[in-house]
Formats: sequence, C-alpha cells, structure tokens
Amino acid sequence: MKVKMLSRNPDDYVRETKLDLQRVPRNYDPALHPFEVPREYVRALNATKLERVFAKPFLASLDGHRDGVNCLAKHPKSLSTVLSGACDGEVKIWNLTTRKCTRTIQAHEGFVRGICTRFCGTSFFTVGDDKTVKQWKMDGPGYGEEEEPLHTILGKTVYTGIDHHWKDAAFATCGQQVDIWDEQRTSPVCSMTWGFDSISSVKFNPIETFLLGSCASDRNIVLYDMRQATPLKKVILDMRTNTICWNPMEAFIFTAANEDYNLYTFDMRALDTPVMVHLDHVSAVLDVDYSPTGKEFVSASFDKSVRIFPVDKSQSREVYHTKRMQHVICVKWTSDSKYIMCGSDEMNIRLWKANASEKLVAEPSPGPYREHLHHKTLERV
Amino acid sequence: MKATKAAKGLLAFSQQEDLVDLPDNFPLSGSEDEGDGDGERKHQKLLEAISSLNGKNRWKIPERSEASLKLSEFNVSSEGSGEKVVLADLLGPVKTSTSLAVVKKQLNRVKSKKTVELPLNKKEVEQINREVAFSKTTQTLSKWDPIVLKNRQAKQLVFPIEKEPSTIAPIEHMFSNWKARTPLEQEVFNLLHKNKQPVTDPLLTPMEKASLKAMSLEEAKLRRAELQRARALQSYYEARARREKKIKSKKYHKIVKKGKSKKALKDFELLRKVDPNAALEELEKIEKARMMERMSLKHQNSGKWAKSKAIMAKYDLEARQAMQEQLAKNKELTQKLQVVQESEEEEVGAEEEEPLVPDVVNEVQMSVDGPNPWMRRSCNSNAKEDEIQADPDPGQPLELVTNELSESEEDAKPMAEEEILLKEFEERRTLRKRSEHNHSAKPVGSQEETDSNSQEVLSELKVLSQKLNKENHQTKKQKKHSTETVCGVQRGEPIPEEEEPLLLQRPKRAQTLEELEELGREECSEHTEFPRPALEDQMERNPQNQPKGKKKKEEQMINLQNLLTTKSPSVRSLAVPTTIEELEDEVERDQRQMIKEAFAGDDVIKEFLKEKRAAVEANKPKDVDLTLPGWGEWGGMGLKPSAKKRRRFLIKAPEGPPRKDKNLPNVIINEKRNIHAAAHQVRVLPYPFTHHQQFERTIQNPIGSTWNTQRAFQKLTTPKVVTKPGHIIKPIRAENVGYRSSSRSDLSVMQSGQKGLSKHHQKKLKKTSVD
Repeated sequence: MKVKMLSRNPDDYVRETKLDLQRVPRNYDPALHPFEVPREYVRALNATKLERVFAKPFLASLDGHRDGVNCLAKHPKSLSTVLSGACDGEVKIWNLTTRKCTRTIQAHEGFVRGICTRFCGTSFFTVGDDKTVKQWKMDGPGYGEEEEPLHTILGKTVYTGIDHHWKDAAFATCGQQVDIWDEQRTSPVCSMTWGFDSISSVKFNPIETFLLGSCASDRNIVLYDMRQATPLKKVILDMRTNTICWNPMEAFIFTAANEDYNLYTFDMRALDTPVMVHLDHVSAVLDVDYSPTGKEFVSASFDKSVRIFPVDKSQSREVYHTKRMQHVICVKWTSDSKYIMCGSDEMNIRLWKANASEKLVAEPSPGPYREHLHHKTLERV
Repeated sequence: MKATKAAKGLLAFSQQEDLVDLPDNFPLSGSEDEGDGDGERKHQKLLEAISSLNGKNRWKIPERSEASLKLSEFNVSSEGSGEKVVLADLLGPVKTSTSLAVVKKQLNRVKSKKTVELPLNKKEVEQINREVAFSKTTQTLSKWDPIVLKNRQAKQLVFPIEKEPSTIAPIEHMFSNWKARTPLEQEVFNLLHKNKQPVTDPLLTPMEKASLKAMSLEEAKLRRAELQRARALQSYYEARARREKKIKSKKYHKIVKKGKSKKALKDFELLRKVDPNAALEELEKIEKARMMERMSLKHQNSGKWAKSKAIMAKYDLEARQAMQEQLAKNKELTQKLQVVQESEEEEVGAEEEEPLVPDVVNEVQMSVDGPNPWMRRSCNSNAKEDEIQADPDPGQPLELVTNELSESEEDAKPMAEEEILLKEFEERRTLRKRSEHNHSAKPVGSQEETDSNSQEVLSELKVLSQKLNKENHQTKKQKKHSTETVCGVQRGEPIPEEEEPLLLQRPKRAQTLEELEELGREECSEHTEFPRPALEDQMERNPQNQPKGKKKKEEQMINLQNLLTTKSPSVRSLAVPTTIEELEDEVERDQRQMIKEAFAGDDVIKEFLKEKRAAVEANKPKDVDLTLPGWGEWGGMGLKPSAKKRRRFLIKAPEGPPRKDKNLPNVIINEKRNIHAAAHQVRVLPYPFTHHQQFERTIQNPIGSTWNTQRAFQKLTTPKVVTKPGHIIKPIRAENVGYRSSSRSDLSVMQSGQKGLSKHHQKKLKKTSVD
C-alpha cells in the first residue's frame, strides 16, 4: 500500500554553514502583502533617520602647525601619508594611522603657497612667498644630516601655486605666468600667459596629462596645452575663481571653486555654460577636490564648512562643520575615496569620513547592526 | 531655480576672448601729454583771438621750433596731405647725372613689382594658434565620450578598476639580506643544507633536476599519449563487454554463440591450411568438447527447464520452438559419426548446414508472427490448410525465402549469416514496437515496403492467396480477417503484384470503413455533422478497393450530404425568398452605421458632457454601506439583507463643498490634485528614464527583502559605487580602457615642438633680413 507522506528536501531549509542567513519560506505574491507600500515607507523613513543618527563623520584632528594650514598634498603611493604646508612656511608630513606628525621642515619664509608630490612618491615640491621652488626628499634626512632641499630654484616673481605632471618629470608653477619646468633645469621650459593678472592656481589634467587649467585673479579660468605650449581657451566668470580640480574619471570635466559661493562644473569643450552649478555654500569657496571615483567632490569654504557634492547634483549631499573649525582653506579626498582631510585657519588638519554613517572598521557582531544595514540599503526609496 | 539664475548671470558676464583683448586696444600712450597739450592749444587760440581783434586776418603757419625726441602727434602739419609722393618726382633731379643710371634701372624694376602683404599682427596669430590648438584638443578629448557615458550609466562601478599587480619579491631578494640567527633557524638551515635542499630559486632538489634531465619532454609526451590511448581502448572494451553481458535476450545470446562457433570453425579452417599439426590439436579439442557435450545429458529434454518448457509448449509457441531446437541439438549430438575418417570437409559442411535448416524454418514462423499479428491469426484460422500443407510447405516457402534472401545476399555476400540474423532480430524488434504503436492508427506502408521481412510475408501471402483462389474457399471469417484477398476475389481480378503493398497498407482501414458504413447508414440521414470529408477522401483514394455497384451509390449519397453540410450557410440564406428584402434593408442600415461610425468623433460636446458627468460622479463622496449579510437573518446565495437593515446601516456621506466648475458648463476643474503632496512629487523625470510610466513602475516596486527574493533584494540594493578600503584608486588611463596612449612623454613632445617652432622662426627671421 502506498502511503502518501509530506516530505521535504533538507536543502530547502537547512543552512550550509552557521553563518548563512536563515532560510525563511515566504510567499512573495503581492496580493498577500497589501501593506507593502506603507511598510516600505516607514522603513525608508527609519533608514534615513538612522543614517543621520549614526552619522559620525569626524575621525581625528591633526594639530601641530603653528599657523593656518595653507595647502595639503596626498602621497601618490601611500594612503597613510599626508603633507601640509602652513602660513608660517612650515611643512609637516603626517602619518594618518598613528595620527602623528612624522617630520617637520621649515621650508620657506612666509607662506607655503603650494605643495605637490612627485608621481613616484619619492620627493615633493613646495613653493613659497620667498620666490623659491624647492624639491624635498620624501624620506627624512639620515642621522647627522641637515634638513635640506634636493633642489632650490630662485625665481623672479612670487609663485602662488604648483602642480606636478602625472607621468613625466615636469611640473608647473603659477604666479605672473604659468611656467612649465623640467625637473633637471633651473629655468622654465616654457611659460604661457594670456592677460596680465596674477594666477592663483594651476592643475594638471590627470587623464590627458598635457592639459592644464589655471585660474587668475581677473576672474577667468584659462586652459593650456603643454605640448603645443599655447593657451587654449578662457572663460570669465563674474567673480574670481580660487581653484579648479579635474575629474579623475572624465577627462574633460573640471570644477571651479568660485568666490560667489558657488562651484561650477564645466565641460572643457563647451565653456559657454557650466554643466552644473553647485550651490549651498554661504561664503567664498576656497578649495575643491574630486573623489578618486569621479562621482563626488568635496569643497572647502570660507563659511567654516566642508561640503560634499555629487557631480550631477546642484545641492550638496553632506556638510561637515565643527564648532572649532574656522575658515577652511584646503581640502583633499584620500586616494581610497574613504576619507576627507581639510586644513583650516585655526592650524588644524581634520580627518573626516567621506560617508558619514559608514562603518569603517570590521563589525564586531552582526546582531543589532544588521537591521541598520538593512535600512541603509533600503534608503533608495 | 537659484542655479539657473546664477548660470544666466554667468552667461551675461562671461565675455570671451574679444573682451579679454580689450585693454590692448586702448590708446594708453597718448593720455599723459594730453593735459599739457590742451593748455598750450588754449593759450594759442587765445592769442589768435586777440590778434584777430586787430582786424588783420593772418594765417599763421605752425612751425617746428626745435628738434625733440618726443613728437606730439598734434604738431605734425597736415599741409599738402592730399598729395602723394611719387617716385618719378624723386627721380627728377637724378635724371641729369649719368652715373646713377644703374640706380634708375633698379628703381624702375622695383616699380613694376608688387608689394608684399603685411604679416598678421602677433595678437591675431596667437588667436588663430589658440583656436587650432583648441579644436585639436577637443578632438583628442572626444575619444573619452563613450567611456564616460558608459561609466555614468553603469549600474555598478567597482574600484580600483585595474588589478594591482601582486608585488611579491622573488625569494632570492628576500634571502640576500637575511641570515639565520636564532638557533631554530640555524638548525633548519643545517637540515636543508644536509639534504641538499635548495634554499633559493629554483626550488628543485638535485634528484629532481636529474630526473628532469633523464627524459626529454617530447618523449614523455609521446609515452603519455600512448598510455592514454591504451587505457582508453581498454575502457572501451570493458564497457562494451559489460553492455553485451547485460543483454538479456536469449535469442541474441544464442546467435552470438552460434556466431562464435562458426568463427571458431573458420579459424580452424584457416589453421588447417597454414599449420596442420596445430589444426589436429584443435580438432581434438573440438572433438573432446563434443564428447563432453554428449556426456552431459544436457540436451536430453529431461532437465528442469526442459520439463517446464514441455508443459508450456502446448500454449506457447516460443517454448515449443525452444523444445524443438533442443531436440534437434540432441539429435545432432547423438548421431553416430559414421564416417569419421572420410573427409573432414564434409563433416564440417554438414555441421554448417545442419543448423541452417531449422533456423530458416523457425524464421519463417517468426516472420509470420512477427510484424503483423493479424497474419498470424489468419494462419491459425487456416490452420487446417496449414497443417495439411505443413509437410510439403516448408520446401516451397524455403525456396521463396531463400530467393528473397538471395536478393539481399547477392548485394552483400560478405555479410555473415549470423549478422543477418542479428539484423533481422533487430528489425523485428523495431517492427513489433511500431506495430504496437500503429495498432490503432494507420499502418505505415512505405516503411514496411522496404523491409525484406514484409516482403517475405508478402510472398507467403501470395502463395496462400493463390491457393485460396484455387480452392475458392470463402468464409465470412476470412473476409473479416484478410480483406484484401477477399477483395481480390470479389472483383475476380488477378492480383497485380504492385498493388499488393498498397493493399497491405490498409486492411484495417478498409475494415473500419465497412463497419462504419454499416453502422452509420441509418445515422447518415439524421446526422449531417458526420466526419464525411475524411471518409470520402479515403474512398477516393482507393476506389479499386471498394466493391462497385451498391457501394458506389452510397458514395454518391454521402457526397450529396457532404455538399449540403459544407455549403449550408449560403444556401440557407438564399433558400428563403422572403428574407431578401430584409437583407437589403440591412445593407442600408449597415451603410448608415458605417457613416455614423466614421463621423462618430464629431460629437464632441456630448462626449465632453459625458466626461464631466463622470468626473462629477467620481468626485462625489460615496455612501458607506455597513450591512453584513447573514447577520441576524438568513444569508446565502440569492438572499439579500432586508431593506430595513440596509437603511439602518447605510451611512450617508455628507454633501461635499460645491464644485468649482458648477457654474461653468464648458470647464472641468480637477480638484483632486493635492498641493501638499505635489511638493513631494518629482517634477522632472529622473535621468535614465525616458517615460514616466517606467519611473512609476520602478518606484512602485518594493525593494525590501520582505517582498522580494533574496537574490532580487540584493540586486535591487546593490551600491552604485564599490570601493575597497586601503586600495588606491588611480585616475582612469587610456591603456585601461583599451585605448592606445602616446608613447612619447608630454615633455619631450613639447620640447621637440618648440625646437621645430624656433627653427621655423629663425628661418623666417633670416628670410626677412635677407629681403
């Protein structure tokens, strides 16, 4: 006689390992879930709220400078190394993991106007108010050696900014004009001008490395071609641009931080209109830096705040500020796109999370946090 | 809003190159001495005015009083400005002197030449250069467009894009600066050195090295291939043996056994020719085997199996056959070898022939029972005749069969007999299957035609039918079972050989036809919906099969009926004369309807009113009916709650506020739109969507794991950008996305370009200096 029995395959309900999620038999028929919209709405709301609750972006403050931090630079090969130049001519190299200063150099008299690292990470360049360009070794001097620059170039005018080429042994400085230097020579290979005003910053394009962008105090942004040694195009805004930054994933996109509280993202092939105008700051924007993913950028402002903008949004996604942070002069997004550093007037460098509520250390236990993570994923609604 | 305004402002203020170059256009130089000059002029004018007061109008010519480096542009006299200096005038004084003739000639030549155009000024040249460079750069940049677009539209981007090469230093590098310090390390190293274990790369012991040297790679490969082949062959053989072992069919095994014995004989034959001594030994062996067989009493019909078969033989043909076979074998074995020494050949021949005869007999029987079962039944029905003819018969069919066989054998003589048997066996099996399959359906004639088996059957049938014809022995039973013979007889025609397969094809169908006809004759008159066409077809296809006369009439009748049923609709409408007028009316009405339909859209006002009414109805507050059927009274199908109850539980909705378009007959004002909700609604369609419905659908879909499968949930909530902590993300590079990046560095390009430019400039300069 055949006896019919209920039989189940253990594969349907037994976990393979203890770490697997419990299998829950479910009927996903939408007819059986009449309240899915309200429930999802509540969840989404909770998720957004919780994200705010868990948002603890501030990680550390690096103090040690004796004047306002004027410029920052990332190390191209090491994530934990950061360089900073202050208004008293001091350059400090920091270790982010220990949050300690590893080296201090009195590099210039007066401001350190600009700092940049070589693409290989073995040395870095600084320019200062004392009309000099100095190249330094990344490693400190050996025992008994003096702290001395590798090279010093004396210029005729003050240099206000410097940037190194992404592949070649060349760098560019700006001041009265944009100069391209060969590292081996003491005079510029070529200098390019267009107009007469002083140029405040110059940046190499990270993808098409022969392109440069600069912004001058006569309210314009000028693009140069290093190979053909000519300026290419100029755009005049209604107020001065403090600095620009190229998108590291899109060769022709750059963003300009303007005095009129806005940031302008341009396609360099069509400068007539900006691709996007990013609002939200309430004072002059002093610095901008792209996330290495090219999807977001961070801006530092005179209004004592740092804001994170998605590239395609005109409103910022996040604003970071603390009671003690004064005018933020410089900002950098780290190369792993997880952290943000900002140097401000009150002599501190601050380290922030790029994603305020993200857990950066390994989770100790999945228990109570899982719910939160789940909500986070739900937030897209 | 703010953004767009800002952009507009920006546009207004952004003045391109033209404006930039403005400062250069200003005449800056003149501005300084203008003030002084102005004062002087005024003074002069004043003096003039005073002097003119005298009444004497003098024209004073301005004169340059002293030579100075700076010349005011206002002091240059404009006297004689209308005239041009002509070369001829200058040459005037030269005419007299003859010594200057050469100069004159040269000057004349110069006159005939055209002047060179002025070069563009530096600013313009730069502008052109810039424009060219910009267009060039734009072109180079546009190659990134597809990649940028792809990245923007990508559902997920994983960074870092390029895989970081694992930077594991080779072991020698590590060892060069490393020494064993601790005692444990030293011990380990001692051990390693003792056993000649390699410490550095390559990690091979001397033994291994030697073994590597011992055999070349190709040799090893060859050997390996050989081994592989042997292993494969073995496995094939094993598999085959296993398969054959598993076959349960006794017949198959019998045939195989027979084949084997035959083969052994053949081998023996060969051996005899080649090596007589060995053959003798072999013969002895065979003889011994035969003796053993004889001794064993195996084929005595006294075994258990034989007894059971004997019981079964009454009912089962196969059992009987098996019995017969065994008996035959027994006979063969017990036969005395009369002339052992006579000739081995003959004996061999006899041995060869002996099993053949019963086999063929068996085969005929099998072929009778094999393919179509009704044939067997006919045989059984004709049992008398069969039995009567049984003794003489085997000869005749044998011949026929051999004839039939010979046809195929002549084509392929090398085909061994047992192989044929095997094949037949196979065929029979397939046939049996087919016949089972086609038992209810029509038998497939075309396939059977080709079968030699069926031909055998055919030939036998032919013989049978001929006999039957001769005897003229007819019964109704036979008519039922073997219709085709009956048909042939009825028609009284000699059966053509070609027709027979055709006839064979449908004995059953014919049967069914007859039955159908017999059965359906009464029904035909009543049932017009009978499946006539198919039947008719059949009839038409084999009209020869149909007995003429009475059956033909039936056919005609059926045809008529068929016609009626197929053409019934048209006939019906035409058949009734009174309906014709109505039809005409209908046509007219149709036309009117068509016209109406064509211009149906014109009645806009009515439609609008309808729409408005619907909108008003839809927006009216609805009454709430709270009656519960079956509560306090009987409920169920077809029972409604009482009116009193309904009245009691009906909550009337309060009259809403008057509609805004109450007094506007031509307007519908939608009051549904909620301003508060509108603030939260999307005003512009988000980027990747092209239609609002797409967007709505995606928004409506829940994404939580409660309503989705795990996989779907994960898919729906994948992050757009994935980054690894602790990994440096470098800017995108042309090589990573498959583009070719220039091998030359920007610096070298620039320097070479500049050199070229400077050379060019120098040349130009030289040229101008020469001229």
